[in-house]
Amino acid sequence: MAAEPLDDYIDAVSKALALPVEDAWRPAVRANLEVSLRLARLVDEFALPDETEPAPIFTA
Amino acid sequence: MTAKPEMNAADIAKAVAGGQLSALAATEAALARIKQHDTILNAFTDVTAERARAKARAIDVDIAAGKKVGPLAGVPFAVKNLFDVAGLATRAGSKINRDLAPAKRDATLIERMEAAGAVLVGALNMGEYAYDFTGENVHDGPSRNPHDTTRMSGGSSGGSGSAVGGALVPIALGSDTNGSIRVPSSFCGIFGLKPTYGRLSRARSFPFVASLDHLGPFARSVTDLALAYDVMQGPDADDGACTTRGLEPVTPLLAESISGLRVAIAGGHFQKNVFPEAVEAVGRVAKALGATQVIDVPEASRARAAAYVITTTEGASLHLDRLRQRPNDFDPAVRDRLIAGAMVPAALVDRAQKFRRWYRAQLAEIFRSVDVLIAPATPCTAPKLGQVNFNLDGVELPVRANIGIHTQPISFIGLPVVAVPVPLEPLPIGVQIIAAPWREDVALRVAYALEQMGVAAAPAPRGF
Repeated sequence: MAAEPLDDYIDAVSKALALPVEDAWRPAVRANLEVSLRLARLVDEFALPDETEPAPIFTA
Repeated sequence: MTAKPEMNAADIAKAVAGGQLSALAATEAALARIKQHDTILNAFTDVTAERARAKARAIDVDIAAGKKVGPLAGVPFAVKNLFDVAGLATRAGSKINRDLAPAKRDATLIERMEAAGAVLVGALNMGEYAYDFTGENVHDGPSRNPHDTTRMSGGSSGGSGSAVGGALVPIALGSDTNGSIRVPSSFCGIFGLKPTYGRLSRARSFPFVASLDHLGPFARSVTDLALAYDVMQGPDADDGACTTRGLEPVTPLLAESISGLRVAIAGGHFQKNVFPEAVEAVGRVAKALGATQVIDVPEASRARAAAYVITTTEGASLHLDRLRQRPNDFDPAVRDRLIAGAMVPAALVDRAQKFRRWYRAQLAEIFRSVDVLIAPATPCTAPKLGQVNFNLDGVELPVRANIGIHTQPISFIGLPVVAVPVPLEPLPIGVQIIAAPWREDVALRVAYALEQMGVAAAPAPRGF
């Protein structure tokens, strides 16, 4: 079992994306991911109407 | 006549067009200053001396032949090294990109500056792949602050701030995704313009975050900033995000009265996590403009969070192959941030882009009742190179994560901003003059008025 809660996730995504994460980098990657997810959760918590369009709109 | 370091672009262009100064002499003077001072400032990664001399000679030939020359005739300028410069590999602050083939054609903005008579003298140091607020670079060394060379120039357009603040060139170009024009402007005590998203073409510049990338100029006077901005405007089919609006020159409008403009102070998020010098600078600007109303920009902290999420994920997408193939050639700090960015679930990124549209509507509402918002450009003056934390009200905070907290919520929705330098002692600091979309004219007019009042000014470099 991984030592940190995010380690299993990092392993899985690393494998899925064929994106290497060496052991020496793991603490920094984990720390950065924790920040990214914390900030993403801050956005996630903000309720938006279902009809909200994302900012970039494709123009055909 | 000889070109003095304190000469602004407008002075040089006037002297060159009038025959009192040759373009070649102006160019040689800049090259000499670069040679003399850049060993300390480390602003330049490439000096394009021969190209510059050839361009300058061509301008002098035109003048001798009585031909009309552009508004920037003979004005030396330099560009952040993520702009394509024909004949150079566009390194974008990285080690990896040095292996790219040399660019075949200049970036659009370089072409437009040179069409107006400006003379490119080189490419400038920057944080790796523009993912930086410090101006430090593990491959090329840090660009240094011209007012105290032990301090940061600010990033990621650090070389641009250092070169203009250090009077090596009167104008430089840079990029701003989350604050990379406004932060170096603040730390180096110069004027910087981050235009409306889509205003200036990004064609043939190395990208970072397509949703948020802007290009713009730096200068030591508002007149020079407007001159550069005006000649770079215009549609460009080579940048899919570039506006199709026509030219909207600001130079003729700069001296118009600002007495009818409604100016407010950005509150809430923009008044938190600030050092006394930022409070003092905003206070001076507010007093000069007669601004007393404080407007709380709703959800600005969340906007900053959403900008962070979009940045780290789009940045990761851009560099995914390089992260797979050459991870050890990155700055480790940049690499680890980008790898983490690749792991953020897509649903959260989509929500950040939806939030962006919501937040844009809130600011549009605010700009129905005001013309200008003022806010700090940085929470503090330039930190020491390598500084990790700063202490604010007894709380230790990480420097890197907090330098851009006041710029990110503004570029997030592409609003035009002029960063104006307030010449505090011992170090200058910038204030953001923020206007509604496509109203660069308003922000530049206010900046010009502040300059005329002596509230905003680029202090002479004295750190080297």
